[in-house]
Amino acid sequence: MSLFYVVAFLSIIFALLVIFTKNPVHSVLYLIATFFTFTIHYIILNAQFLAVVNFIVYMGAIMVLFLFVLMLMNLNTDTEPMKSTLLKVVGAIAGGCLLVTLVGSMKTLSSASTTAMDNTGIGLVENLGKVLFSDFLLPFELSSILLLAAMVGAVLLAKKDNKTA
Amino acid sequence: MSAPVDYLPIIMQLLVALGFVALTMGITHLIGPKRKTTDVKLTAFESGIEVIGNARQPFSIKYFVVAILFVLFDVEVIFMYPWAVNFREFGLNGLIEMFIFMGTLLLGFIYVIKKKALEWD
Repeated sequence: MSLFYVVAFLSIIFALLVIFTKNPVHSVLYLIATFFTFTIHYIILNAQFLAVVNFIVYMGAIMVLFLFVLMLMNLNTDTEPMKSTLLKVVGAIAGGCLLVTLVGSMKTLSSASTTAMDNTGIGLVENLGKVLFSDFLLPFELSSILLLAAMVGAVLLAKKDNKTA
Repeated sequence: MSAPVDYLPIIMQLLVALGFVALTMGITHLIGPKRKTTDVKLTAFESGIEVIGNARQPFSIKYFVVAILFVLFDVEVIFMYPWAVNFREFGLNGLIEMFIFMGTLLLGFIYVIKKKALEWD
């Protein structure tokens, strides 16, 4: 349990550093550290497969995407657009809504039974596959539609249509 | 299988990897030749032409498209691991379920190809 508190403390510290660093590239690097602490959390929770996936996909691939997005933008300080007060208000409202949602969902949470924690093999890839292809088949198939939507959205946003434009 | 002791090899490998980086960087600093440089020598030098502007130019979005498509198919492959491990046990049903999943993503792939999103024109 003490390991959990150390890792949780590190997660919060790195997450705060993501927000408070001025340099966006440093911010991304701190986000990688945050994801690494999440990987440790997954291992503590006996979710070994998820830990490996988190390590490879999030820390590897998705962070590269974040860096790409940073480099797509013009990060020179003189071209940095001034953030208007309207944008700040909108951001505060959006963040507040997220906070309310999180607090509301936290309130309805009940403490999970500890039987899952005792079964150490529950997060292995074999057991995960058995559950994924029986109890969670519909979410699994729906996730393919989610991926399809992301694919179409990315292509639509990034690809200039020559016929209409 | 999942006792904390089982992760000791991984932690050791991590420590060896980090230690190697730290050690090589430290040793090169110690045994490498030192050279006194002025500020002029440290400036970017390209065939005697003066530096113009900033190196921070926004680059093409084509790289981003390739990267995001890679990540999406990466996630697809991740989903195939739990299926492949239990492949014999699932039998024909598992095969059909996986083919529905892959078929949807294949539609996306055909869309990407048809839209010529991966072509560098």
